[in-house]
Amino acid sequence: MQQPPSSHSTRKTVCRNPVMLPIMLIVFFAVQQPVGLSADNDTFAQVLAAQQERIRTIATAAKTSVSIFAGSSGGGSGVLISPDGYALTNFHVVQPAGIAMRCGLNDGKIYDAVLVGLDPTGDLAVIKLLGKDIFPYASIADSDTVSVGDTCYTIGNPFLLATDLQPSVSAGIVSGVHRYQFPAGTLLEYADCLQVDAAINPGNSGGGLFNAGGDLIGINGRASFEKRGRINVGAGYAISANQVRNFLGILKGGHLADHATLAATVATSADGRVVVSDILESSDTWRKGLRIDDEIIEIAGKNVRSVNSFKNILGTLPAGWRIPVVYRREGRPTEIFVELAGVHTPAMLNELMAGRRGKPSAQNKPGNKPKPNPLAPDLKDLPDTIRKFYERRFGYANFFFNRIELERVQQTLEQKKISSEDRESTWRYQGHLEAGGSFTIELNDQSAKISLPTGISRWEQTVADAGLAAEAGFDASPPGSGGMLAALTMWRRLLLKGPKNLGGRITYWGQQPLYSTTTNQLADVLELTTGSCRAKFFVDTFGNVIQVTFFLGSSSTSCDLYFKGLGERGPYWQPTHLTVTNDGGRFATFIFDAGT
Amino acid sequence: MGTITLRNMCCRSRSLEFFVTLTVALLAYCPTSARGGDVTSVSVDAASRVTKLYGAGGIRGLESYQTGILVSSSGHIITVLSTAIDSEAIDCVLDDGRRYTASLIGVDLRRELAVLKIDGDDLPHFKLSTDSPRQAVGTRVLALSNLFGVAVGDERVSVQHGVIAAQVPLRARRGSHEAAYRGDVYILDCTTNNPGSPGGCLVTWQGLFIGMLGKELRSSQNATWLSYAIPANELAIGLEMILRGQTDQALPDQKQSPDFDLQSLGLILVPDLLNLTPPFVEAVTQDTLAAVSGLQIDDLVVAIGDRTVTSQRGLREELSRLIPGDPIQLSVVRNGSIVLIDLGSIPSIAEPIRKK
Repeated sequence: MQQPPSSHSTRKTVCRNPVMLPIMLIVFFAVQQPVGLSADNDTFAQVLAAQQERIRTIATAAKTSVSIFAGSSGGGSGVLISPDGYALTNFHVVQPAGIAMRCGLNDGKIYDAVLVGLDPTGDLAVIKLLGKDIFPYASIADSDTVSVGDTCYTIGNPFLLATDLQPSVSAGIVSGVHRYQFPAGTLLEYADCLQVDAAINPGNSGGGLFNAGGDLIGINGRASFEKRGRINVGAGYAISANQVRNFLGILKGGHLADHATLAATVATSADGRVVVSDILESSDTWRKGLRIDDEIIEIAGKNVRSVNSFKNILGTLPAGWRIPVVYRREGRPTEIFVELAGVHTPAMLNELMAGRRGKPSAQNKPGNKPKPNPLAPDLKDLPDTIRKFYERRFGYANFFFNRIELERVQQTLEQKKISSEDRESTWRYQGHLEAGGSFTIELNDQSAKISLPTGISRWEQTVADAGLAAEAGFDASPPGSGGMLAALTMWRRLLLKGPKNLGGRITYWGQQPLYSTTTNQLADVLELTTGSCRAKFFVDTFGNVIQVTFFLGSSSTSCDLYFKGLGERGPYWQPTHLTVTNDGGRFATFIFDAGT
Repeated sequence: MGTITLRNMCCRSRSLEFFVTLTVALLAYCPTSARGGDVTSVSVDAASRVTKLYGAGGIRGLESYQTGILVSSSGHIITVLSTAIDSEAIDCVLDDGRRYTASLIGVDLRRELAVLKIDGDDLPHFKLSTDSPRQAVGTRVLALSNLFGVAVGDERVSVQHGVIAAQVPLRARRGSHEAAYRGDVYILDCTTNNPGSPGGCLVTWQGLFIGMLGKELRSSQNATWLSYAIPANELAIGLEMILRGQTDQALPDQKQSPDFDLQSLGLILVPDLLNLTPPFVEAVTQDTLAAVSGLQIDDLVVAIGDRTVTSQRGLREELSRLIPGDPIQLSVVRNGSIVLIDLGSIPSIAEPIRKK
């Protein structure tokens, strides 16, 4: 810094020069960019522009910052991600706060908010702010493009200072990417997270980590503290935006989300390879062929270079996703598609959601009432404003929002509703198989028939309902498909009648990548459970049901339908191609004649 | 900072000089650039010359891991002398995941510096030079280190940004910041004093290597931790010496130095009954430092060296920080005026306390 003024006369000289002050003010605010030290006009223009950019970024991002106050239970931060008021925060902020929260925005107003979805393992939660039609919100960036050294800002409510509802902003750089931070037990695991030196203090939890452009790259949630008390020491961690994106559909669907496991552990071999050290024989992974000592090369399209990267990849994936795994045995690589198991059982998750509620001995003392779980309240304890947005159900954080999402997907499907009055007639298809030979398919509401070079197969709802399918000889008909006719009938019924009239319990599952494509595109998934079967319907953004995963019974292998080139042909829907797989193995690819 | 800078600037009459100075001052305070580009490439490049070290420790706040800096293509590594490297096998992991076992080549007790060696060829490294220029206060820096051990395997060490806040001799005193090194250090405005950070590298935003992050240093008086780095030229001197096989043994071993108390000086004060009993001399033992240097009954000790003391407790505290070789000079009030009394220097352990 400069020396303080030493001469009174000099000061007078400046005061006589009225041009100086405004120029100095401009220059003072024009801080930015490693522009070198030459004092030419270009430099000043750059400095000025960069600082203006920074001011704009912070001003825009700060509008999306939510200050959460939960009275004696503490509080934290959050960040709005949609105009209808959905916001992200941490599980560990919401857990003590409960279903109903009071949230401040920097418009100076306080809004009621309700819990939507919870991910205790990933320390993530979605809440919804109420009482405004259009909220400012942050766009979620691709966090895999973040590099070490990038500028970042943490915006939030550290030490719950934002009692005036103006969030605190801290600037820093990204110190590390793809970091792994161990869980406490099975909870609060930070996999593939971002490490920053912008300040993350208690109270910043749940707030946004923004890049230089003001887009959301992460959710701040923890920091390395050690012997210096709970204050920032230059090492904070944020849940990556890409992990958030993986779970967002599930959380908006009101679920109590679970994380994925391969049901296998890995270790580094003496020559530095990542090999399977143990595997659960009841798992899908085992069934698909993975064994001890196999080298894991790729999971979900990402290279596995170390045990840490194995944990990093799996730690960001939800249970129930189907992902490709590439392993090597005796020099030969093999790709399998694995249905990811959950880390917890639903009952375990439910218990974890409630959190530690004191030692059992303390609770059993006479006169010691068990503390109510703030995340599973009695309706009568909720404020009037919140009550109508909450529905309690096992396995869900708030089932009310599952209905909302189901409704949304239903409206998407409506766009593709068939207009023809003949739509209820039999849907007839013909064409040829990729492997050779011709086929015909007939689909009705309660029955279906397929003619293949190998013979004719039928399926009937009444027979299936009576549990006589196996006896009648068309269990998973056509044979070897895993239940293609039953799945097609269900698909037709969904297109004609909508999700609520399928005869069974239908819920919004969340979002999941399409198996058939290599892109990261996520599709909305509806899950149907009837007396005997279970199905997942994948709906793209245009309302096309382009993929169906079907299980005839609880112990059956999956039959998957992949539709390509779906379009309206006459009174019904027809694809150009349909590929059917059974338990990951291809059954057949059907190529449809145009205009049938 | 804003108002001060502004006022400072008002005093400059020549506008060009004014703008240049202002720009320098402001740039020095910019936390970051808007885009990561330069910082990213400098960080990635520097990280390839830094290693994660794993050794002994892991108990009672002594970390078993820290950071090292590659200083030769054949695998010489400089790091902070600590318990972590006091180990038969020190594991060393580069940023591409390559693992080595490092051996200890030598230590420089004065700079608390250790040199390790791994077997390698063509390794990326920083070149040290004994005439590396010192960097100005306000220089923007990046600190790369294995902090909290968060990076493992082929993961890059962590990068923090900051500014050189001061360049001062490390005022390490017994009972305060315990360090042997007495030379200049860069004081940093970012928290680099974390577990695993010692031995980390400090570079400018242009990628110039300028120093090594020092050991974890905490003041016992106010519990603050000091974030500092030892400048590159000091490291070069230490490295050269170690590679020549010289070890700086001139340094007194602090652990063996005796505690100096009033009694060993021959000074007896009035009974310490109050919270802040004034350090009045009640008696002086014959043939002791105190007697020989002329301390008298009823003298009131008001300062030791340039540190004022206001109580007997304060006097004892100040004495406890001295090590052999340190001068002792007392200021006493005698008959209303201040008298300076030179007790000479603290003798080493081998010498008798009593003056002949």
